[in-house]
Amino acid sequence: MTDYVLQVDDLTMHYKTRAGEVSAVNNVTFSLERGKSMGLVGESGCGKTSVAFSLLKLLPDNAYIKNGAIKLNDVDIVPMREEDMRKLRWSKISMVFQAAMNALNPVYKVGDQIIEAMENHNLVETNQAARDHVADLFKLVGLDPKLMDQYPHEYSGGMRQRAVIAMALSCDPDLIIADEPTTALDVIVQDALLREMIELQKNLKMSMIYISHDIAVIAEVTDRIGVMYAGRMAEYGSALEIFKSPLHPYSFGLMSAFPSIIGDKRELTTLPGEPPDLLSPPSGCRFHPRCPFATEICAQETPEFKDMGNQHYVACWHPMEAN
Amino acid sequence: MCADQAIQEPLVKVEGLQKLYPLATGIFKKTSGYIHAVDGLNFEIADGESLALVGESGSGKTTTGKLLVRLIDPTTGAIRMQVDGYEKDIAQLRGAGLKGFRRYVQMIFQDPYESLNPRRTIFDTVAEPLVVQGIGDVAEREQLVAHYLDLVGLSPPDTFLWRFPHELSGGQRQRVAIARALVVVPTFVVADEPTSMLDVSIRTGIMKLMQSLAEQMGVTYLYITHDLAVARYMSNRLAVMYLGKIVEMGEIEELLVNPLHPYTKALLSAVPVPDPSFKRQIPNIKGSISQPINPLPRCRFYDRCPIAAKVCEDNDHPPLDDKGAGHLAACYLI
Amino acid sequence: MAEIASSPSPIAGLETPLWRVRLRLLKRGIRTNLALFSENPIGLVGVAIILFYFSFIIIHPILIKTVWDPVMYNPVTGYDIETPYHPAPPSATHLLGTDPLGRDVLSQLMWSTRSEFILGMVAALVTVIIATSIGALSAYYGGAIDTFFMRLADIVIMMPYITILIVMSALFDLTLPVLALILGLLGGLGGATIIIKSQALTIKVRTYIEAARVAGGGNGHIIWNHIIPNLLPLSFLYMMFAVNSAIASEAVLSFFGLLNIRMSWGLMIYTTSYSGYLLDFSKWWLIFPASVSISMLCAAFYLVGRALDEIVNPRLRKR
Repeated sequence: MTDYVLQVDDLTMHYKTRAGEVSAVNNVTFSLERGKSMGLVGESGCGKTSVAFSLLKLLPDNAYIKNGAIKLNDVDIVPMREEDMRKLRWSKISMVFQAAMNALNPVYKVGDQIIEAMENHNLVETNQAARDHVADLFKLVGLDPKLMDQYPHEYSGGMRQRAVIAMALSCDPDLIIADEPTTALDVIVQDALLREMIELQKNLKMSMIYISHDIAVIAEVTDRIGVMYAGRMAEYGSALEIFKSPLHPYSFGLMSAFPSIIGDKRELTTLPGEPPDLLSPPSGCRFHPRCPFATEICAQETPEFKDMGNQHYVACWHPMEAN
Repeated sequence: MCADQAIQEPLVKVEGLQKLYPLATGIFKKTSGYIHAVDGLNFEIADGESLALVGESGSGKTTTGKLLVRLIDPTTGAIRMQVDGYEKDIAQLRGAGLKGFRRYVQMIFQDPYESLNPRRTIFDTVAEPLVVQGIGDVAEREQLVAHYLDLVGLSPPDTFLWRFPHELSGGQRQRVAIARALVVVPTFVVADEPTSMLDVSIRTGIMKLMQSLAEQMGVTYLYITHDLAVARYMSNRLAVMYLGKIVEMGEIEELLVNPLHPYTKALLSAVPVPDPSFKRQIPNIKGSISQPINPLPRCRFYDRCPIAAKVCEDNDHPPLDDKGAGHLAACYLI
Repeated sequence: MAEIASSPSPIAGLETPLWRVRLRLLKRGIRTNLALFSENPIGLVGVAIILFYFSFIIIHPILIKTVWDPVMYNPVTGYDIETPYHPAPPSATHLLGTDPLGRDVLSQLMWSTRSEFILGMVAALVTVIIATSIGALSAYYGGAIDTFFMRLADIVIMMPYITILIVMSALFDLTLPVLALILGLLGGLGGATIIIKSQALTIKVRTYIEAARVAGGGNGHIIWNHIIPNLLPLSFLYMMFAVNSAIASEAVLSFFGLLNIRMSWGLMIYTTSYSGYLLDFSKWWLIFPASVSISMLCAAFYLVGRALDEIVNPRLRKR
């Protein structure tokens, strides 16, 4: 029996706006084995960050989960009340936010912020024990423990990102969601941080969901990749398969649109058009207006999210031939 | 391009370009030192070529771009450009000369959401350079703007002329920014990370557009980016900057397979590759990027260099020498 | 050398003359803003009150021509000989009664509305023109210009407002136009300028300003075409508050009898005061119509200002 730390089943989340309901996440299904990492990849508006916030149930007032189940350690958290959810957040599932500066309160010392998180979950008895734990965490993420007593503005970008990772680790969660953790960083700092995250994940046997629009980063860090488009999961499979033999035309287009410094300089593909407006998304398969292989059925009916073998799922009426 | 009048002289020749920012500290605001944002650059850009300027934050690449379009004034140094048939040092231009020069050098900015005035129509935005430079009358300007909107892929142009920026997507706005830069038919365009804020699938469209327009109109590009993969795609030559200096320069494909400077090597090995089966090397570099404040008179890369030697510490930053076949590097040890 | 693009072939769809297109855009812009404004009940209440008082300006001459005897109902010189005792309480002939000098109160109220509006508008316009210009120039040029105007604004804010006005009344003969100008000047050099300047500072560093400079735009071009248009929403907002302030200031000065105006709401209260009826609540019609009107009109402009604030400052808007 495979041990899944997370099982998302048919998740649908909508935003209520003045202009109508925005279908931000639609029938998303995936699962993550304990100790493994997966990536959620897609462009702006595809819903990957919405999925992350749904997993933590950190939804704004006008958002609601319309349908579906999110099983964290086999417990469905969708019907949970906020008080129970609060106990789970940070201790069972935590998040590394995009733009670390926004996650750190500028008027408190960084160490104190992490200690506060731990105290809220009653994880430590004394202040000294808390400080020791923070020192350990800092060492783990590559920060000098002395930095604990400094303020966020005294940290560099890479250091702040590390501090936010330490904060996410502080309550020893089962699952960490990292939302574009290295986007704002220089490439050499990004490299160091990515290596450390891979190390951490291996040593702590942590389960991780890594969200990014940069597929190169996802390729390096994750075992499995979910490609999202317009609120739906287009494809989900092992990283190697998604890159070498993508089945969904969107995944294929995305992979071919990324320039690389390795190998021959090849022609890049352009995807015509723009991602759709989620207020009134296209009928049937949401990608059909931009898909070079679209036929009538693509516009009429939504394709099922099917396993094409070897746990490689795709939602497409005409999946591409594996080469 | 006018082949029979092929210009032998490089279009842009930068000599000793320096931009220093004073740091004032204390109650009396005494100048305690200088930030060497750009610290003595020397390079050339040939007519019609596309040079990519690559570096991390603090390298000075954006400052260089702004210096070349005279958004900032240099502290010292010369920027010699072929303007309107004459070679001029644009670092010295003032007043009417400066305004006239602006017709030949334009810039495409990074943020498509910020580089367009939200209260002006697309027509006004693209026509602005024409209005300011006094080109054409109202009817002619309308025709020109429509023509260029069409050229950048915003068709039919009359549906875009009277829209406002918030009605357009990021990719469309960037196309407007490109149209605005090209409407005066400049000889030289500085593109400051024009695709970094766009989605991937939109990015390639813009990159291809810029390339085809460069070919069609014979425009010379300086392409500033932090993304080496994009630089490879957009340009034929590459210059790598570190702490205000160029450390390596040459043909891109040559630099990618045979990097000479240790910083370039570290940078190349740090770039993530979209291939799960590819194993990258660990970048060979120590420490973290420092601020270019009051740099010591030694190689700027000394404290991070894996092969640093005494000669690197005893002498000032090495000059950019030709190490063979147009491949330039600033290092004593290669 | 760049090749001059081949002569562009005429593009279809450009036949409409430019001015007509711009007019169309202006109308569309006004319509959108009106729709946005109408969503806020506060703003609509304010507008309703303003329109109510504005109607007085139109109704008064009609009444004089038709129902009212122009001699008896003249707000300044009228006198009702028929009623024995003045001030007379409200009756069929005098809906709001008469004042101690025998003049019809309603007529006074309605007639003064015109001067109140003119005063408010002129003062507000002067305030906004001065504040916007100074704000834009201070922000753009900085240095000595900035320091000078900011220190001046500090002085203006520091000084007690009413005291200044009283001193002004001693120095100048305060007729309505002069008062409007002085109020406008004080307003324009004061707090509004600081706020507009800080807004201008945020605009100055926007990327599109750099783009305009690269295009070849000089300082004048940038200030006129980029900075000021982006300041106008804020200026318009401050106009509302300036009207508020002007009407209230006039009332205070009139109350002290320092103005050279023939009739205004403040003057109505002044008349009541020097006749000794100020605290005589049995003669409520002498003081309430005027004071209520002043409060209501000031409040109305303030409410409109608040509603505009939510449009200008999108962060205040409800999702």
